[in-house]
Amino acid sequence: MAMSRDEIFEEIKEVLIDALGLDDDEVTAEATLMGDLGAESIDFLDIIFRLEKAFDIKVPREELFPAEAVLNNPDFVSGGKLTEKGLAELKDKMPHTDLTEFEKDPDVNNIADLFTVNAIVNFVETKVA
Amino acid sequence: MRWIWIDKFLEFKSGESAVALKNVSLAEEHLHDHFPGFPIMPECLMIEAMAQTAGILVGQARNFEEKVILAKIKKAAFYHFVRPGDTITLHAQIDSIAPEAASTTGEIRRGDERIARINLMFSHIDNNLAGAEFPEENFVFTDMFNSLLTGFVETPSEQGQ
Repeated sequence: MAMSRDEIFEEIKEVLIDALGLDDDEVTAEATLMGDLGAESIDFLDIIFRLEKAFDIKVPREELFPAEAVLNNPDFVSGGKLTEKGLAELKDKMPHTDLTEFEKDPDVNNIADLFTVNAIVNFVETKVA
Repeated sequence: MRWIWIDKFLEFKSGESAVALKNVSLAEEHLHDHFPGFPIMPECLMIEAMAQTAGILVGQARNFEEKVILAKIKKAAFYHFVRPGDTITLHAQIDSIAPEAASTTGEIRRGDERIARINLMFSHIDNNLAGAEFPEENFVFTDMFNSLLTGFVETPSEQGQ
């Protein structure tokens, strides 16, 4: 049975509450994982493991959180900003994320803000469809 | 020297689960201060004992090729004190394992009584710190750890023989 977007969000909310030790009302669709919810690198793997169990899906790390591979490639980053090529790569790798705002200032320090609760919902939606 | 907080394994199912045993003794000096007149095993050391049980399980699942480091305590709940003379068993199982990390769930028991629930995350650090470099040799799994597994699974030191 296909899950509705609301059902997916509720399930992801539970995952994030457990993985990051949060209160109910902290998890909003717009919240960023690192900035707002305080996730650190190992938490991303914890979240991936929990998503796999909660939705019975496979989540390759580079699909949900592909930024690392992009950032480590000198073709894609120059002077602390993503190059045209890097931006294209990120768009290609993160179809579940809205990059409109980021494109205006593709500073690598802003990449953390791309990982929102909404992006996870979008990603899971494609996996359970 | 490594502080080892388990005395032996009772069961070892490669890649799945393990049960270790620890005898708690008043000969452990820290119990004299924790607490004077009321010695109990510190809960942080119960977490360490579980980290060793589950960490060896995770390390063996990848044939000790990964440097397995405790990365996150997902849950630690304690229900009873552990006193000198107690024998506790540590039951660990692998929940998920990936190239970069593993997650485990575990329980500490005294007989049938549940003492604690401890769920952990381990990082395979060579694959998980954006290319940071570590010494070649596996400093996590030393001979002392290996000796605990003798008779259960083949350890790296035996494979060379």
